[in-house]
Amino acid sequence: MKKKFVPTLLFYLLVLIIALIVLFPFLWMLTSSFKTQVDIISWPPKLFFEPTLQNYRKVFEEQDFLKYFLNSTVVGAVAVGMSLLLGLPAAYSISRYAQTKLAVFILLARLMPGISFLMPWYIIFSRLGLIDSYVALILSHMLIALPIVVWIMSTYFSTIPRELEESAMVDGATRQMAFLKIILPLSGPGIITATTLSFIFSWNNFMFSQVLSMERTKTLPIAVYNFLSYAEVDWGGVMAAAVAIMAPAIILTMIFQKYVVKGLTMGAVKG
Amino acid sequence: MIQSSFTERNLRVLFPLPAIVFIGLLMVFPILYTLYLSFTNWNLTSGMGPSFVGLDSYLRVFSEPRFLHALGRTFTFTVFAVAVEVVLGVAIALILNRAFVGKSLAKLLLLLPLVATPIAVGIVFNLFYDPTIGLLNFTLDALGLPQGRWISSENTVIASLVMVDVWQWTPMITLIVLAGLAGLSEEPVEAARVDGASEWQILRYVTIPMVMPVILTAMILRLIDALKTFDIIFAMTGGGPGYASETLNIMGFKYSFEYFRIGQSSVILVALFLVVLLCSLGIMKLRESSEK
Repeated sequence: MKKKFVPTLLFYLLVLIIALIVLFPFLWMLTSSFKTQVDIISWPPKLFFEPTLQNYRKVFEEQDFLKYFLNSTVVGAVAVGMSLLLGLPAAYSISRYAQTKLAVFILLARLMPGISFLMPWYIIFSRLGLIDSYVALILSHMLIALPIVVWIMSTYFSTIPRELEESAMVDGATRQMAFLKIILPLSGPGIITATTLSFIFSWNNFMFSQVLSMERTKTLPIAVYNFLSYAEVDWGGVMAAAVAIMAPAIILTMIFQKYVVKGLTMGAVKG
Repeated sequence: MIQSSFTERNLRVLFPLPAIVFIGLLMVFPILYTLYLSFTNWNLTSGMGPSFVGLDSYLRVFSEPRFLHALGRTFTFTVFAVAVEVVLGVAIALILNRAFVGKSLAKLLLLLPLVATPIAVGIVFNLFYDPTIGLLNFTLDALGLPQGRWISSENTVIASLVMVDVWQWTPMITLIVLAGLAGLSEEPVEAARVDGASEWQILRYVTIPMVMPVILTAMILRLIDALKTFDIIFAMTGGGPGYASETLNIMGFKYSFEYFRIGQSSVILVALFLVVLLCSLGIMKLRESSEK
């Protein structure tokens, strides 16, 4: 039997403390979102209270949250889809032809501060009349999604043995056919990881959308941020808005937990 | 011998080409444009175009105390946050690195801060830190401890922001190091144990050195992101009170989209760009030499 560094009882106590610290802001946010203003600022914090849906009603009725929700979803989905379209062949090529320099070039987009492209984009997109357009917003979010797709998928493709497509090529298939018909169908788990992760990053993006979108294409993070100034000290409303924006990302994470962990840790552990 | 098609022979160029063109247009070109603009003086609200002024914008920005403070603050925030995150993150990973009931649930919990929308995290912590009605001061008061003004005070604002960053990003270090620990072979540890090493010695001289490359990689990833921290600072203080929490990223944003002083904002963006680039290169070199 292996000895443990930390005794079991102390160990579970530590785990409990860590879990509570991690969870606390979520629980506080969630409970506050169902409280009235009076209950929120009462001391000691009320563990038992009469839940109210008033905050959510306010968020969804007074603000057009459904529209912003749809905007976020559409921008994220299209940006991720387009990034897969561009990123999958690039990742395959990087993996099969060992194009390290190319990989670094694409990953630079992940490294560089977003604001150093955002300012010129703002000027260029203004000239083209593309401020508050879905095109500009999707292009900007593609720069978030594409490096993630390439990073995850080039690592993933490298785990697929070359013999698979090589034997197909001996049988007369072209390499591009082998990629489409043999490699891609085997890449489900990698694609799920890349899709989930890049969608969440697009969903959570604030800076690009804050500058490039206005009323028509406004995404959820901007709406939540605006709600803060608009609602002044309406804490319940602010908390409900925060819950509404975090819920989809958290639900996605719960469903695809295994993939998300892999995506977040993959580069570091292999690299 | 079948002649392979044009597509097939040039696959290594054709496959990545769309992605290269995209990154070229959306990243490389804008960065070059920013570089050009940094040598001009241009106020977007003036209605006139950019005029070339050489190094004038650089001299003006670099001689401004506000810029130097923002530069220093960017480093203070980053070093402070990443140091705490790495120490805590590695410690938690070492604690959790064993089989226990609820391990996969614990891992799921660790994921939640990482996927929580930063702007909303900032907003929630705003209310937590609020000096008059915030939960933190209420709790301190109830415990008979002195209250603070947290993000409303120039003295505590950076530390308070660092705490939020630590809450959100420590789990990333933990998860990466946990994955690294899971991939280690048991043999060296067993061998050390047979030789009579204490658990502490094993940790200090076997486990940690073996997992060091992973820790360093996790640190690089965090460091690069911490230098660019924007959302939580923007949501919680907007760089205030005064300029007390203004980092390069926040300052660049204000010069670009609030003052529209494009020439000077370009200088700030070039500076931030270089800071991120040089820091990443520096640590990668450090990591390479540590592996030798």
